[in-house]
Amino acid sequence: MVKRTGPVIFSEIEPFAGLKSALEMDRSDLLSMVRDSKLKGRGGAGFPTGVKWNLAATAQADVKYVVCNADEGEPGTFKDRILLTEYPQLFVEGMVIGAYAINAQKGFIYLRGEYELFVKDVEKVLDDMRAQKLLGENIGSKSDFSFDIEIRLGSGAYVCGEETALIESLEGYRGEPRNRPPFPVNTGYVGHPTIVNNVETFCVIPHILAKGIEWFQQFGTEESVGTKLLSISGDCKNPGVYEVPFGITVKEILEMVGADDVKAVQIGGASGSCIPVSESHRKIAFEDIPTGGSVIVMNASRSMLDVAENFLKFFEEESCGQCTPCREGVPVLLDGVRRLKRGTCTSAYLKDLLSASETMQLASKCGLGQSSPNAFVSIVKNFENEYTLTTQ
Amino acid sequence: MDKKLSGDTSRAPVSQRMQQIKDVDPNALGSTVTVIIDGIEVKVPMGTTILEAAKKINIHIPTLCYHEDLCIAGVCRVCVVEVEGQRTLQAACAFPIIHKIVVRTYTPKVRRARRNIIAFLLRNHYGNCYACRRNNNCELQALAKEYGIEDFTFGHIENPRFTKDESSYSVVRDMNKCVLCRRCERTCIDLQEVGVLQASQRGAETKIETYLDKPLADVVCINCGQCINRCPTGALKEQNPTNEIWDAIDDPTKHVILQTAPSPRAAIGEEFGLPAGTSVTRKLNTAVRRIGFDKVFDTDFTADLTIMEEGTELLLRLKKALVDKDPNVKLPQITSCSPGWVKFCEHFYPDYIDYLSTAKSPQQMFGTIIKTWYAEKHNIDPKDIVSVALMPCTAKKFELERPEMNDSGYKDVNYGLTTRELAIMIKECGIDLPNLPDEDFDNPLGVGSGAGVIFGATGGVMEAAIRTAYELVTGEEVPFEKLRIEPVRGMEGIKSAELPIAKAVDDWKFLEGATLKVMVGHGTANAKKIMDLLSQGELSDYHFIEIMACPGGCLGGGGQPIPTNPGIRQSRAKAIYDEDESLELRKSHLNPIVADIYKEYFTDGPCSELSHKLLHTHYVKRGKKIEDK
Amino acid sequence: MRYGTFVEKDGEKVFQCDEKNREVLLPILQEIQKEHGYIPDKDMQHVADQLGIHPVEVYAVVTFYSFLTEKKKGTYCIRVSNCLPNQLAGSAEVVTAFEKMLKIKVGETTDDRKFTLEMTGCIGMCDQAPAIMVNEKLIGNVTPGMINEILGAYN
Repeated sequence: MVKRTGPVIFSEIEPFAGLKSALEMDRSDLLSMVRDSKLKGRGGAGFPTGVKWNLAATAQADVKYVVCNADEGEPGTFKDRILLTEYPQLFVEGMVIGAYAINAQKGFIYLRGEYELFVKDVEKVLDDMRAQKLLGENIGSKSDFSFDIEIRLGSGAYVCGEETALIESLEGYRGEPRNRPPFPVNTGYVGHPTIVNNVETFCVIPHILAKGIEWFQQFGTEESVGTKLLSISGDCKNPGVYEVPFGITVKEILEMVGADDVKAVQIGGASGSCIPVSESHRKIAFEDIPTGGSVIVMNASRSMLDVAENFLKFFEEESCGQCTPCREGVPVLLDGVRRLKRGTCTSAYLKDLLSASETMQLASKCGLGQSSPNAFVSIVKNFENEYTLTTQ
Repeated sequence: MDKKLSGDTSRAPVSQRMQQIKDVDPNALGSTVTVIIDGIEVKVPMGTTILEAAKKINIHIPTLCYHEDLCIAGVCRVCVVEVEGQRTLQAACAFPIIHKIVVRTYTPKVRRARRNIIAFLLRNHYGNCYACRRNNNCELQALAKEYGIEDFTFGHIENPRFTKDESSYSVVRDMNKCVLCRRCERTCIDLQEVGVLQASQRGAETKIETYLDKPLADVVCINCGQCINRCPTGALKEQNPTNEIWDAIDDPTKHVILQTAPSPRAAIGEEFGLPAGTSVTRKLNTAVRRIGFDKVFDTDFTADLTIMEEGTELLLRLKKALVDKDPNVKLPQITSCSPGWVKFCEHFYPDYIDYLSTAKSPQQMFGTIIKTWYAEKHNIDPKDIVSVALMPCTAKKFELERPEMNDSGYKDVNYGLTTRELAIMIKECGIDLPNLPDEDFDNPLGVGSGAGVIFGATGGVMEAAIRTAYELVTGEEVPFEKLRIEPVRGMEGIKSAELPIAKAVDDWKFLEGATLKVMVGHGTANAKKIMDLLSQGELSDYHFIEIMACPGGCLGGGGQPIPTNPGIRQSRAKAIYDEDESLELRKSHLNPIVADIYKEYFTDGPCSELSHKLLHTHYVKRGKKIEDK
Repeated sequence: MRYGTFVEKDGEKVFQCDEKNREVLLPILQEIQKEHGYIPDKDMQHVADQLGIHPVEVYAVVTFYSFLTEKKKGTYCIRVSNCLPNQLAGSAEVVTAFEKMLKIKVGETTDDRKFTLEMTGCIGMCDQAPAIMVNEKLIGNVTPGMINEILGAYN
């Protein structure tokens, strides 16, 4: 296998250098460092990691938890597969650092069921770390820090990528997102303060600890510091996982993966939005196009209504089904796309559909429900030439 | 032990429970928080939801999945509002106010969202309002009206997707009308701890199901009907026997009698627009006669009889235990008048059915007596008697179908009618119940004591039993002002009380110096708590326990008017206790007809051979295993 | 097996849970699913009993997760990813080829109970689309021509 290279995650690092450096710090200094690094969560929502950790650290509780969200299920995402198979110790190291920062006793890796084969690799890392006293009782000979990790598998539910649904799932319930507030940093796993971070976020942490804030902040933009892993698939010559600095344009990405004759790029998977090639000057960054990392390239031969239909079919199955806007709205939009395909949608009804989409975006209970109409809306708006409306 | 009994029984996740509003001292520092809703400022206890805060200042926010008795779900999203600084709309029912916020409840975004959500709900809600049991008392219909819905923006389902489940004697489920508010789920699993209904599947396929989607009759449903009371639509309703009852009324060869339980009389007024807590007992007699029932009797009569039988049974058990030192006697004795509770016990605590009093419920005692003593006395062939029971209860419909309930040689009670169903019969005849003159019950089974009346409220059976047992044992009246035995009254989930017996009459000398310990629980979640303690041996010093399946007791029964909430149940309880105090006769053992029946018929007294044959029953170890049928 | 063991009870194999709290429900169900290829009625009830929850709660969880099922399936469950990159790469042809070869439709099981064919969302193999899973094994870059060979490995 060719060694990957990249600015941050794929750069060289001595195993556990980040953790060792963290253990030499006070908890408060560690928290400040993570906050000052301006690292934001890599799952897509971009919540500042340092703020999250600080909230959990200051929450009053005897027991706290660290959860690694390795349940990537967003269509077109496979970066965790690479991280789990090629860098399994890196994110575990990040988790232990997070546990030290908030003083957690127990961690979970919630791994999507599709990646069951990789459990062995991660178990091996955990065993090695236990042997090296980097996991388990009194980590780094610290009398006040004991932390261990359990791997839990998902069972084929996309919505469990939402952090509160993931916690419900860990507790043995249906993966139905919770009301927020309260937030997991306060009332998380079995009611205790819990931080939930993406695999990629945890992978960045050891690098920041080992190499410093300044080094980290040389990559990316003012508001989006660092790099992003992109899972690129679809109509291109070189699909795969790439580490790119934030601020990279869609155009640069397309050149990088050898995509030509492109019509559109779906960024952020089913819950993301569809960018027509005319907007390829736009940037991957929290301030422009935020994304969990899925990039799907579509060439000129593709029907965008097929794309919208595919995503809505996906949501129809994967919606948890608890809140009305997402459960009932998705089938309405799916029916709408089919009307558009058949040419039986009126302009008045399209207006109703867009109004329905707005309701889904504003009133759904969780982030996934709120983003379920995104692809539909961006395709309807950006590809008007792919459908005709009737007047009756 | 007190600690184990206090606190709520909810199994809902912490995040759903913690948002229930708690009384906080408004003067305590840092305990209140300011919220501005539609420009009106109000101070509320920290953690109050937007919905509760809005109620305080009379701002109406529509809801659907929210129910005062249940933990927060936040799933229907009808109550969304704008909170300044939040990108998305927030569910008012689920948003706790912990710092100063500014809320707007009817912005264009909010109005659009609510209209769309209602349109979404109507899309899959099969059926027509005018052919629905809940017509004019449906929360979805009310929402559609409130938002001036005139067409189905996103369509309206034309064919039913699911077959109705009519397997149960009590509860009918029609999932075509379900809007997935999940109130029945929260009622069944969290409020009642029965655990029969839950949302299953996922996405567009989500549906409230029983285990393996089996018919309700094949799972461990206790028929309490609490799910019906909290269903916002007609997806859940009770089996309706009114056609059969009309046929009987219209058949001149049939002698149709109605017994009325105390709880429906304290609640049926709500169906006619009267405020909750208006007792209409004697007006109802008039209405029932005008409808065409041949006789109207008072279930309180057999409530009094139950006290005689059950009270005697208790004293006999105590004697066996204390005097005969019989190790096999089961104490504490537990009441058995609530058929939902009985079935709960049979399913979940089958090894404890011997703790249940063998005395039949008042409904079933009544049924037997009508077709034996009454029939003989009035020279009526029991086969021509159609015995109908007006009950606040859906489980009573199951109870009367139990195969052992035919000790009179006939089906003891033919039909069970809920409060709601009788209201419809009355309305169908154009009878204006609130403005009817009062009439008395028919004789002889129309005499009941106040002790019988309070059977309708949680703690009432216990209070009635104590009034009688204490007096029989000590020869003196219970030492409570106006016979109000306050320790067993009120809506606390589990109550317990102690009653010292300083001196006893000769027959019960062995009880002298003893202290009677009793416990009262209502709602089967509390029943579970009590039974778990009992099975751990922690209640061995108790003598008598009253358990009612429904929150609040019978007055909160599954057949009572909809809606239900703590305030409504309080009002009904007040009506019941007021009715008790308005009566001269307030002790079961002083009921003259009860005395007559022991003189004329059960001549060997309570718990004798004949009374055992006719007035007592036995139970079935059902277990909770769900078998293939 | 970390969450319990299979033991003989009344002549049947049932899962004995080590812990009695609800948090272990999902891993327990996964073990039972692995053992039987589905989660039998008696196991759902037995697990519910042990964890102190109602059978309908277990059933509701089983029906929520697409990798858990209360219905009998084939020994090998073939899941064809139909997420967008897979659709673009021709997952439909792969499905048709499987249907033809196995003589079943999506969602069905072969008569000999060997194979079940299903569609699934993203399986994290979009860079090698079209991709499939056979039980827990991931196979990428599948073409209709390869199907004979793939099935052959399980025959």
